[in-house]
Amino acid sequence: MRNAFEMASLRIATEKGAAVPWDDLRAIAGAEQVRSAGPGDRVAGVQPEAVFEPGSEKELAAALHCAEAAGLSVVPRGGGTKTSWGNPPMCADLILSMARLNRVIEHAWADLTVSVEAGCTFQELQNTLSQHGQRIAIDPLWPERATIGGILSTNDSGTLRIRYGGLRDLIIGMTIALPDGTLASSGGKVVKNVAGYDLPKLATGALGTLGVITRAVFRLHPLPHNLRSFTFETRDLTDATRVMLAVQDSTLAHTGLQARYSEGRTPAVDVRFEGTDAGIAAQTETLRKLAAPAAEAATSDAVWQARQELWCSAEAAAIAKFSVLPASVAETCGRIRLLADSLGVQWCAVVQGTGLGWLRLEASSAPAIHQVLQTLRPELEQVGGSLVVLHRPAAMPAIDAWGSGGDAFPLMLSVKQQLDPRGTLNPGRFIGGI
Amino acid sequence: MDARILQEFRAIVGDRGLITSQEELKTYECDGLTNFCVLPQAVLLPRSTEQVQRIVRVCHRERVPFVARGSGTGLSGGALPVKDGVVISLARMNRILEIDFANALVVVEPGVINLEVTGRVAAQGFFYAPDPSSQSICSIGGNVAENSGGAHCLKYGFTTTHVLGLEVVLPDGSLAHLGNKTLDAPGYDLSGVFVGSEGTLGIATKITLRIVKRPECIQTLLAAFSSTSDAGAAVSGIIAAGMLPAAIEMMDNLAIQAAEAAVHANYPDCGALLLVELDGPIAEVEVLMRQVHEICRKCGAGEIRVAQTEAERAVVWKGRKAAFAAVGRISPNYIVQDGVIPRTALPRVMTEIERLSAEAGIRVANVFHAGDGNLHPLVLYDRRIEGQEHAAELLANRILELCIEAGGSITGEHGVGEEKKMMMSKMYAEPDLETMQRVRCAFDPEQLSNPTKVFPRPRLCGEQPGEYRPHPVELAGIAERF
Repeated sequence: MRNAFEMASLRIATEKGAAVPWDDLRAIAGAEQVRSAGPGDRVAGVQPEAVFEPGSEKELAAALHCAEAAGLSVVPRGGGTKTSWGNPPMCADLILSMARLNRVIEHAWADLTVSVEAGCTFQELQNTLSQHGQRIAIDPLWPERATIGGILSTNDSGTLRIRYGGLRDLIIGMTIALPDGTLASSGGKVVKNVAGYDLPKLATGALGTLGVITRAVFRLHPLPHNLRSFTFETRDLTDATRVMLAVQDSTLAHTGLQARYSEGRTPAVDVRFEGTDAGIAAQTETLRKLAAPAAEAATSDAVWQARQELWCSAEAAAIAKFSVLPASVAETCGRIRLLADSLGVQWCAVVQGTGLGWLRLEASSAPAIHQVLQTLRPELEQVGGSLVVLHRPAAMPAIDAWGSGGDAFPLMLSVKQQLDPRGTLNPGRFIGGI
Repeated sequence: MDARILQEFRAIVGDRGLITSQEELKTYECDGLTNFCVLPQAVLLPRSTEQVQRIVRVCHRERVPFVARGSGTGLSGGALPVKDGVVISLARMNRILEIDFANALVVVEPGVINLEVTGRVAAQGFFYAPDPSSQSICSIGGNVAENSGGAHCLKYGFTTTHVLGLEVVLPDGSLAHLGNKTLDAPGYDLSGVFVGSEGTLGIATKITLRIVKRPECIQTLLAAFSSTSDAGAAVSGIIAAGMLPAAIEMMDNLAIQAAEAAVHANYPDCGALLLVELDGPIAEVEVLMRQVHEICRKCGAGEIRVAQTEAERAVVWKGRKAAFAAVGRISPNYIVQDGVIPRTALPRVMTEIERLSAEAGIRVANVFHAGDGNLHPLVLYDRRIEGQEHAAELLANRILELCIEAGGSITGEHGVGEEKKMMMSKMYAEPDLETMQRVRCAFDPEQLSNPTKVFPRPRLCGEQPGEYRPHPVELAGIAERF
């Protein structure tokens, strides 16, 4: 018996082998924007043939259409920080590099919105916004290199989510290029707008499998006047969850709440406040009472980098994102510890108050890591959670990155068929082989 | 309608769940937008997801279009029945199924009334944030269809922000779960697409909602200005100072008069009134409220009041929440518009509305969600005066065009529905609408679920059916779908 993921793999594999229409691509944008792909352009081990770097949305759409007509597989690429996410593509002929589509189109600061091309890096955008004391209220991974399009496609928001929501709550407009060359906009540049379907949400987290995001419009938030972080050393998993739930169940207006777990150490809980000095001071007192008897430890704002640090020297490690109910975090981490211990796997995790967690597993035996993930996923799915594998050690046996799409999967497949009927974009990288 | 089909419907929902008499059907001929009326063939009142599925399966088999309906308070004709179709009322599916304080969520059926959710969780210090003015009667199912907002969505977001997951009956009668109680369920964010699709993608039968902890302190400032542009300058000042209030509302003189006449909110008589609500930790709110006070003063505010207790706040909000209905006190008929503009375009657009209003000899009262640029111009007219209704409609449409020209939207929270579907072509280009319709084809290839709404013209799903087609490897028996 094969599942849909393997099924789609079969389909793509049989269709592989189309030739890149070099002349057509050069005709679209000039010869200097098309080049042969090198080893550095590999996507999860798959070697593409060409790289195309459009200078405009129209060039991008035209190239995409041309690639579809030629039967190529296309991989859109921003900063290339997360190309290993998702499943390896079944094939990858053409890289669409977003490097030149990198302008901040309009920062309407008095309207608290920004319109930006997808190839702009997060840091660069943030620098522009900060000139008027504003920001997109997310803190994604690798902000210096990660681009807006890549951040949206991978739905990577960060620790601010607990206060400001995820990307889906901040994106208000988007233009995408479809494989048939259509450039379609939806949403707009006003915060409040219910005209038509909310396609920006559909493309967010779709890993570029429905269309290539060419520009995005976000609602903005003011930069905080001040911020302060706190860390509490808790006794054990249960105590850490107690502190997290107490903070969540309070009237505190925290903008960050995470627990850090690592083997051989008691869990630490970090809390961040933003606002006026008076507001932060008053909340500090309340927080200390809530956290007691957990001891306050010396800390810095660097603790919020904990998620990104999971990727440091991670060649032999696997990293997965999991999602559980906030009240189940202690139980989940207890289960992870038990599994990891029994298989001789080292683990550490960063879990937010939202119930989203990032888990790093490391062992000399890659199959042991594989076994932890394979065992854990169905257990989490059983209780309404999920586990998505983001990074794997080279030696680890293959594992589906996504897990189950549930009874909505046929609908996801239908949406894919409507927007990318020939499977041109990122074939095989998304859930269920999409 | 074919008696055989009606018989089948009766077998599903029973005699008391099926309405076919002309007299009773009249109740369902329109929603809150009463100038569009269509009598449906029948109205069904299911009590369970399973009954909804069975009804929809019959509709799908017989190609009978259906329109889901909550409380019928919508203002764009989204729940307007379609000729030859049936209405599926979710009013009897009104149970709160689960309340989970530890995880700050509730699971409800679509017929549950918006305010009831807050009512059930308030004792534990929670509330349900989206608060459309009709929140005491509108249903969560309707809120999901319209992606309803309300005064406080400036800070808290819209319905879509608060919907974690949905159980949905698709237009072929099958069941799908979109989203989840946990965040970031793998796969496409179909829940994000479904919310705000105005009943065109299926029927939500269970909704998992996020509830929010009530802030430590809420204060509402009311400031009187001599003009909307002065009040607008104060709003800009507040935003520029780096604040994100829970709500910023504005009413012009005509709207104030109406509110006074209707609910005696004791508003000062002035050119424009600003309501600014701040919430959060007490210490924080107090500092910021002083700043707001100062900004209003600088922008020329006369009287300024700050409501601090729940009772004082209720009085301040009473006039604003009653504003639409209150206009009935000063005009026999009126059209409620729902345009959005970038907030900074407010002075320009206001001047233009005033000019158009004078030119047409038709009064316009203005109520705004000023923080996010959502305008609710109330176009006042008297149907008994020949030609005035038509002139009012023209003016209302012209105002929406102004919003589009300013880079805004034709609807901020009321939806497109029947009323504004022709305006969609002015707001979006053909490829934009075409792409949205492709998504519709994925959900509803036969276009049975609330057809003829939202889009100016239907798209045939024929050549690219969104329906499942078996893959060759599947037919060959070497793979199977799960």
